[in-house]
Amino acid sequence: MSLRATTSQTIGPYLRIGLEWMVIEDLAPQGVPGERVRIEGRIVDADGKPVNDAAVEIWQANSHGKYASAEDAQSNPLDSVFRGYGRSLTDDAGNFRFRTIKPGRVPGPEGSTQAPHVTVTIFMRGLLKQLQTRIYFADDPANAEDPVLALVPVERRPTLIAKKRADGALEWNVVLQGRNETVFFDF
Amino acid sequence: MSYRRPYRGTQPDYLFPPYASTVKRAPSQPLVVLPHTLSELTAPVFGYSDINPDDNDLTRQHKGEPLGERIVVSGRVLDENSRPLEGLLIEIWQANAAGRYNHRVDQHDAPLDPNFTGAGRAITNSEGRYRFVTIRPGEYPWRNHYNAWRPAHIHFSLFGPAIVTRLITQMYFPGDPLLEYDPMFTCVPDEKARNRLISLFDWETTIPEHALGYRFDIVLRGREATPMETPR
Repeated sequence: MSLRATTSQTIGPYLRIGLEWMVIEDLAPQGVPGERVRIEGRIVDADGKPVNDAAVEIWQANSHGKYASAEDAQSNPLDSVFRGYGRSLTDDAGNFRFRTIKPGRVPGPEGSTQAPHVTVTIFMRGLLKQLQTRIYFADDPANAEDPVLALVPVERRPTLIAKKRADGALEWNVVLQGRNETVFFDF
Repeated sequence: MSYRRPYRGTQPDYLFPPYASTVKRAPSQPLVVLPHTLSELTAPVFGYSDINPDDNDLTRQHKGEPLGERIVVSGRVLDENSRPLEGLLIEIWQANAAGRYNHRVDQHDAPLDPNFTGAGRAITNSEGRYRFVTIRPGEYPWRNHYNAWRPAHIHFSLFGPAIVTRLITQMYFPGDPLLEYDPMFTCVPDEKARNRLISLFDWETTIPEHALGYRFDIVLRGREATPMETPR
């Protein structure tokens, strides 16, 4: 006899009360191996208005392509202080930010290998369930053979790729609806 | 290996115009169906070291006792294959007894309670059980439509064993007359699924002369059964 999953409900406008205690914008303390990256972005709605009440959560492998999760049975090493989880709550301008390391490559379906990517889960007032998306890294040659990017229409792929800014940060914005709408996944 | 997709009607769509905020925030382009790769099948691990032992008692976070009716909210977290989920982090937040949130955005003309923040955390035990002590939250008006009121509710956030099992939901109270007028509640097409968001009054966990008990069980998505793996 199988049960049915509980229904999702919106996070509502008062998410800070419950989620602010565990904001983690700096995922990789000193000593964690890997290429340091800053990921910054902004969430806007259908009218281009900033979304100031969103929770953005990221999940990623370490630089060896290993997830700090019991479900990852690979033998590559864990980094004891790197959990791979981040949470940022958008500010009045709709901005979120993370400092982390670029993840290594992880296995994909049917023997493939995925390009380095960060998994993104977004909650906000007006979303009855979370949005699921991904961040890939500009100029990574592995993007060309990534099995998930390959499922996305070519013209929409750029919405999943963080671009290097002059100040060195990687910029990745979220457009909820309309022109240049970010690709969201049915997960 | 992958997780079961939702049964029809048991999860809301993104766009539900009676809840006005969905109109400008719901995606309009088709979603891309995501295979469940290692990135989706894993999730961060939390434990007792991430929280304080008293974080599950929202009535003892300040000098005095909060106003309102003390309640115990407890239940089990299982997956769709009836497996108890141990070691999960649950975060809750809620309004105070007067229906006011301790948040700068909440301008409802009801008093704040200096003895109530309205946030709690717990980790599920080996049987998937959790328990919170809190006060019954008040109903409150919102501006979605004329004379709109939210039924009393507690927000729940859960991390499961996989990113695709992450869940944020709301727990309601039995017999609340506002439920049928609430677009957040009625957004779920399947009536049975909707009603599972309503907690049950529970004698077993009611503490004599102290607090009423409410039971709220939560089910996270389960893995598809495969020939290699029979659900328990």
